[in-house]
Amino acid sequence: MELFTNQILAGIATGAIYACMALAVVMIYQAIDHLNFAQGEMAMFSTFISWQLMQVGVPYWGAFVLTLVFSFIGGIAIERILFKPLTKAPILTNVAGFIALFAIINSSAGLIWDFTIKQYPTPFGSSPFLGSQLISTHQAGMIGVTVLLLLALYFFFQYTRMGLAMRAAASLPESARLVGINTSWMIALGWGMASAIGAIAGMLIAPVVFLEPNMMGGVLIYGFAAAVLGGLTSPFGAVVGGFLVGIFENLAGTYIPGVGNELKLPIALALIISVLVVKPAGLFGRHIVKRV
Amino acid sequence: MSAIENVAPEDQPVEAVPKRAMTIGSGTSFVVLLLLLIVPLFAKNFIIFQLTMLLIYGLAVLALNILTGGSGQFSLGQSAFYAVGAYTTAVLMEHLNINYALTLPIAGLVCFAFGFLFGQPALRLSGVYLALATFALATAMPQLLKLNFLEHWTGGVQGLVVTKPDAPFGLPMSQDMWLYYFTLAITLAIYIFSVNLLRSRSGRAFMAIRDNEIAASAMGVDVALYKTLAFGVSAGITGVAGGLGAIAVQFVAPDSYTITLAISLFLGMVVGGVGWLPGSIIGSAFIIFVPNIAEGISKGLSGAVFGVLLFLIIFLVPHGARQIAIVGQQLIGKLRKN
Repeated sequence: MELFTNQILAGIATGAIYACMALAVVMIYQAIDHLNFAQGEMAMFSTFISWQLMQVGVPYWGAFVLTLVFSFIGGIAIERILFKPLTKAPILTNVAGFIALFAIINSSAGLIWDFTIKQYPTPFGSSPFLGSQLISTHQAGMIGVTVLLLLALYFFFQYTRMGLAMRAAASLPESARLVGINTSWMIALGWGMASAIGAIAGMLIAPVVFLEPNMMGGVLIYGFAAAVLGGLTSPFGAVVGGFLVGIFENLAGTYIPGVGNELKLPIALALIISVLVVKPAGLFGRHIVKRV
Repeated sequence: MSAIENVAPEDQPVEAVPKRAMTIGSGTSFVVLLLLLIVPLFAKNFIIFQLTMLLIYGLAVLALNILTGGSGQFSLGQSAFYAVGAYTTAVLMEHLNINYALTLPIAGLVCFAFGFLFGQPALRLSGVYLALATFALATAMPQLLKLNFLEHWTGGVQGLVVTKPDAPFGLPMSQDMWLYYFTLAITLAIYIFSVNLLRSRSGRAFMAIRDNEIAASAMGVDVALYKTLAFGVSAGITGVAGGLGAIAVQFVAPDSYTITLAISLFLGMVVGGVGWLPGSIIGSAFIIFVPNIAEGISKGLSGAVFGVLLFLIIFLVPHGARQIAIVGQQLIGKLRKN
């Protein structure tokens, strides 16, 4: 039983990271109807920035905040320069754009910081949490930061004018424009926020997977799985999906024989495909009807 | 939530390419073929090997072109089909001692079946969802190949070594040159097959689905069948290319078939021009030679160069090599008039 509780808690901790990635993916999907395949690489790059800041002597939380600011501005810049001109282009062109971004960020991170694996500090320490053997302080910290982030986002979208404007721009762009919302900038803002959320996920998971240019590959696939499970059109669903996928991953690894670390990615693949086949709109997504 | 929110016009996956714009004239084809036949006679073995790889990647890009340019479906997972083809050939040759030429059709059939089955769930997916599912497939493939219980057959992380075949009938040719002409023959056969496929009833069905899926199904096209068929054919051709690749490189290992390969093939298609079959060979030349040049400048740079070039192509020449070819043709036409 202790093993079971332990795995559930560990699942919630990694699930928190998947929830952040899924949320970032869904925010961009809502804004422009495209999946950001470079989301993981953007997060990885932000994490490297924070690492670099710490190397020159900035304390952890200072580096954390500076990195968020950098990621936010970086996300907006990417949207303005690279993806705004592609708004009306066919899907293929957009997919190609994301793939190009993926390759550029991955390769330049390798060029700047090289491909060796680096240690990344955790501000929470890794001793047992509250004297319990079930969960470490870093895992508890991951869950805590994610919950704070989710609450902040909830209040932003529910109770501020800006949040309302962003929701309007995402769900009915044309009507939003008619009432005077600058939808184009709302999309850029969505990119900035998604990029910052990804950066948080990157900085929280880096002590676990270690810092290197390919660190987010597996995390992104699980983030996609979470987003698909929750429904690509529902931010709430993405978060729920993230936690579910995290728990599922840990339980499958523990209790299904033959499924170890080496099968992590195939499990995510199987999960994505089975959700898409059984319930393409996901648990909380809305069903889109296509017309000619 | 209002009702209108849930109705969206169907997004166009790729820009429509007219059927006649998919190939090149017979004169140009003849010149290209002649060049492909003659050049190896005057080249060193390493160059011949690179030309062989050019044809092999050309085939893989062609396969993706049929899928995307023809039926309007995306795949970021071509590396997975390529890997299955390569492993099928390697396992058949090394464990069962089957002749290399016979392993290729088997590799093609295995991949056709794999692609057709993978296309089943893909039926329900379109656009970004399909890109997502195939992306996950490509990422997961190396881990699947490393599985413990397959290790006896696949050699696990170590991979398998494949022996290069000698020229048959005592022909006075080096192994590389024989393999080149062998590959060229297969490439030609598949190219002609693809051109005819796209001109046939099935090809028209693919294009109808690409241009407007709902309209196509209203006009009686069996959307489910043709979408999976396109997937199967594309996977089958990629599998043959993978098999040839395994023989040419003489080695298969899980980490040769990562998402990077899938991205390269995708890039090759965009460079060559989506839906323009002869462009496949141009795209293939691009993905073989550009990384070499980039790595020469600085190690690890090829990804960045690829990415930047891809953006330049998207912004400046969205139709890739086809657009350049058309501009060139018009220029020549103008010069002739003068």
